[in-house]
Amino acid sequence: MVVISDIMVQGAQMLLVLLLAPLLTGFVRKVKARLVRREGASVFQPYRDLLRLMRKEVVLADNASWLFRVTPYVTFAAIWVAAALVPTFATGLLFNWTADLIAIVALLGSARFFLALAGMDVGTSFGGIGSSREVMIAALAEPAMLLMVFCLALVAGSTQLSTVANVLASSYVGLRVSLGMALIALIMVALAENGRIPIDNPATHLELTMVHEAMVLEYSGRHLAMIEFGAFLKLLLYISLIACVFMPWKIAVFGSGTVAAYAIGAGAYLVKLAVAGFLLALFETATAKMRVFRVPQFLGAALMLGLLGTLLLFVSRSF
Amino acid sequence: MMSAVALQMSCVAALLAAAALAIVLSRSRNAAGLIYGMTITISVVATAAAMNWLVRGGPEASALVLPVGLPWLGAHFRLDNLASFFLVVVNFGGAAASLYGLGYGHHETEPHRVLPFFPAFLAGMNLVILADDAFSFLLCWEFMSLASWALVLAHHREPGNAAAGYVYLVMASFGTLALLLAFGLLAGPAGDYGFAAIRAAQHAPGAVGLVLILMLLGAGSKAGLVPLHVWLPLAHPAAPSHVSALMSGVMTKVAIYGFIRVVFDLLGQPAWWMSVIVLFLGAVTAVMGILYAMMEQDLKRLLAYSTIENVGVIFVGLGLALGFQANGLRLAAALAFTAALFHVLNHSLFKSLLFFGAGAVLTSTGERDMDRLGGLIHRMPKTSFAVLVGCVAISALPPFNGFVSEWLMFQAVLQSPDLPQWALKIMVPAVGAALALAAALAAACFVKAYGVTFLGRPRSAPAETAGEVDRYSLTAMFILAALCLFAGILPGLVIDALSPVSIDIVGGRMPVQANEAWLSIVPIADSRSSYNGLLVMVFITICASSAAFFIHRFASRALRRGPAWGCGFSDPVPAAQYSGESFAQPIRRVFGTLAFHARDHVAMPPPGDTRPARLRIELHDLVWERGYRPIAEAVGFSAGWLNRLQFLTIRRYLSLVFATLVTLLLVLAIWS
Repeated sequence: MVVISDIMVQGAQMLLVLLLAPLLTGFVRKVKARLVRREGASVFQPYRDLLRLMRKEVVLADNASWLFRVTPYVTFAAIWVAAALVPTFATGLLFNWTADLIAIVALLGSARFFLALAGMDVGTSFGGIGSSREVMIAALAEPAMLLMVFCLALVAGSTQLSTVANVLASSYVGLRVSLGMALIALIMVALAENGRIPIDNPATHLELTMVHEAMVLEYSGRHLAMIEFGAFLKLLLYISLIACVFMPWKIAVFGSGTVAAYAIGAGAYLVKLAVAGFLLALFETATAKMRVFRVPQFLGAALMLGLLGTLLLFVSRSF
Repeated sequence: MMSAVALQMSCVAALLAAAALAIVLSRSRNAAGLIYGMTITISVVATAAAMNWLVRGGPEASALVLPVGLPWLGAHFRLDNLASFFLVVVNFGGAAASLYGLGYGHHETEPHRVLPFFPAFLAGMNLVILADDAFSFLLCWEFMSLASWALVLAHHREPGNAAAGYVYLVMASFGTLALLLAFGLLAGPAGDYGFAAIRAAQHAPGAVGLVLILMLLGAGSKAGLVPLHVWLPLAHPAAPSHVSALMSGVMTKVAIYGFIRVVFDLLGQPAWWMSVIVLFLGAVTAVMGILYAMMEQDLKRLLAYSTIENVGVIFVGLGLALGFQANGLRLAAALAFTAALFHVLNHSLFKSLLFFGAGAVLTSTGERDMDRLGGLIHRMPKTSFAVLVGCVAISALPPFNGFVSEWLMFQAVLQSPDLPQWALKIMVPAVGAALALAAALAAACFVKAYGVTFLGRPRSAPAETAGEVDRYSLTAMFILAALCLFAGILPGLVIDALSPVSIDIVGGRMPVQANEAWLSIVPIADSRSSYNGLLVMVFITICASSAAFFIHRFASRALRRGPAWGCGFSDPVPAAQYSGESFAQPIRRVFGTLAFHARDHVAMPPPGDTRPARLRIELHDLVWERGYRPIAEAVGFSAGWLNRLQFLTIRRYLSLVFATLVTLLLVLAIWS
């Protein structure tokens, strides 16, 4: 019985991230539109987009292989699993220990690997340019991410996200310079990984500076729906990650919590998502996209922040 | 009942017999099938015996003295846990390569140049691992080098191969010289070259440092540590593909075995500064190796460079293990050491698989240049599936095996705050970041390799008309691909099998993984970190198939084929798609200016001129240009100068002899 209820809670989290992801993107788009004094589409527009895309037929390039057709489902599944393993409203769910933070990042890496391959599959220049830039950005983001993980592991003594969240939620950690640096590094990596401004512009097509959108240019119909859905989930994942590590307030602890604690945790989670989404929209409206070859400097700064945070922790555990 | 070491030695003897038989039969039509059949049987027996040894948890070491070699000393051979593990790697690799050779060998134009040396090469590698005194070790090491050198020169008429063989020979003799000096230092004044005596002796700190450096030169040059790697990307691709797989996947591991045997086993308790050197070299090798690979357009050379990267990763693990062990942190040392050995196993699996794939591409198209391939996923579906598995595994992506060893390596890196030395404390996170960089670049590199070779549109006529390869080759590839997945989703089995080795060498072991719930792996403790490849695999499968099912069932399954979107201007020639060089361009811009002094030269004709614009890429191999070429030029210059001594008259020779004699006598007089 216990196992069944555990699985139910875990399943609830999987469905929760699935249902919330388009809403988050819709919310960010709405806020962005309002910030530039446009009316903007409804926050539920992404759901309609997904449904419409799913019902449309797929137009497949003549020489697309099976890999091209399998990739949307594989990447969607990998991102969904990764998103479901990040604590949202409660820590310590049944399968949280399946993968730690490093493994979650690597799962996103698997998704990107297949997407980059699919970009090469049809054999047009758009796919190639998108793939080659995507893997370059990933190569720069991954070391920065690892140093951020290192910083967290030094404070929390673990790379297991539930444990990290519980330790950081406890009062003994408090405000720290090193964690501040890790937070900035993580935000920079998250912007790069999700293809947001200033790295990439999620709203453009057919512009030579684009990365992610060029890679998936050949996709249509239900395949495109899966890829878009994956992108929504990835944004949600990174925001949940930042929320559970750096804003772990009111998050419920699994097993000890009652239904009320879950409800409070879920409510807090929604508030955190809204705040983070608003800040993202604000930041994107206020910044311009940078040239592709400025990205190394941007992510190099993230790497240095992670390294500095780690070294500060070596000097003293109380920084 | 034969002792375990005697069984392994009889396998070696059988391999040597197969080599002799191959000489006799070399011109016969059925020789290939017979010889490869023999090597498969022998390798499988040897693998099974060595695995049995490890699974039984490592009984007492079993030794054997053969009355050959130096008079009164004999040749000592011994089988212990470390040797058994490496015997598994070598013989399993040998069995897979032989199975592949059954099919691939039919395309060999000169089988008599391959067949005798192939079993001899396998025997040589086995003997190095079994050797228990310095003399036998060096002798077998040279035997292994020479056998592989002969295989490198199997196609000696192809351009570049003779030069590759020459560079290999020079580097191999340099490496053996370093090993010879290392063993000379280890033996000390008493002059006992048996490993048991060396292990028991106390070594002076100065000697320990020198031995470490000499081992890094000797074993490191064979394994491919930067900057001693120059021969590797020349020699490994020159050999027939199943031999390339053996050289890259297995022979580099024998070199790593030599390093572990001497530095961990024979030298005794390490000092912490040793790990600094090993970590630094490992990290540089990992990053540089994969950057070289990223710039490469030749499929087999790309794989050879990627071997250099993986050797770097393994050396990082060994360096971490040294550092932890020097400070008595046995659990962390066991974790780092197990990660390194796990990566040894993984690399032997996926690198063999990828070289087999490259061989398959070579057989069916005759091309190694990626920029003349493309679209093979349509014409070689089975090969391309197996190679895809290998690419995912080598890119350290879950749920395959490459990720598990990288993950264990990162977990070991995260243990570094326990180290007391500041140098190590600061260095290890930086090395961890370098590992992450190397892993991400490896993913980029294999997206490029797979994407350009197997995806897209064919760039040449042979790529357009390629066909699937024979079933032996396919079987070998699929067995390796299945093992990559198996070791990735059930890593606990491998970790537990490695525990006797780790107890022997670093005096500790990782927690018993078989007791963990749901077959997870836990490096230190549940609360710190855990990973479950099986569940990740199951979840991804369930999620992907349910998503596909729901969409196909409830939304739409309509599909229409059409031309690719070309913005209204479809490019008619396949040359317009992204090539390997263009794919590498962003990374070349970011890292290449520093690492290779890379420059892009664009020749743009003036308006009205009808000549095409040209892009030329300038890359410099700085290790070769700044390190090796000056040495080669100095050697050439002095040889040219000394050459004059060859054409003197007898009178002058006599006066030279006389002058030398007088000088020596003078020196002697002044000395005493």
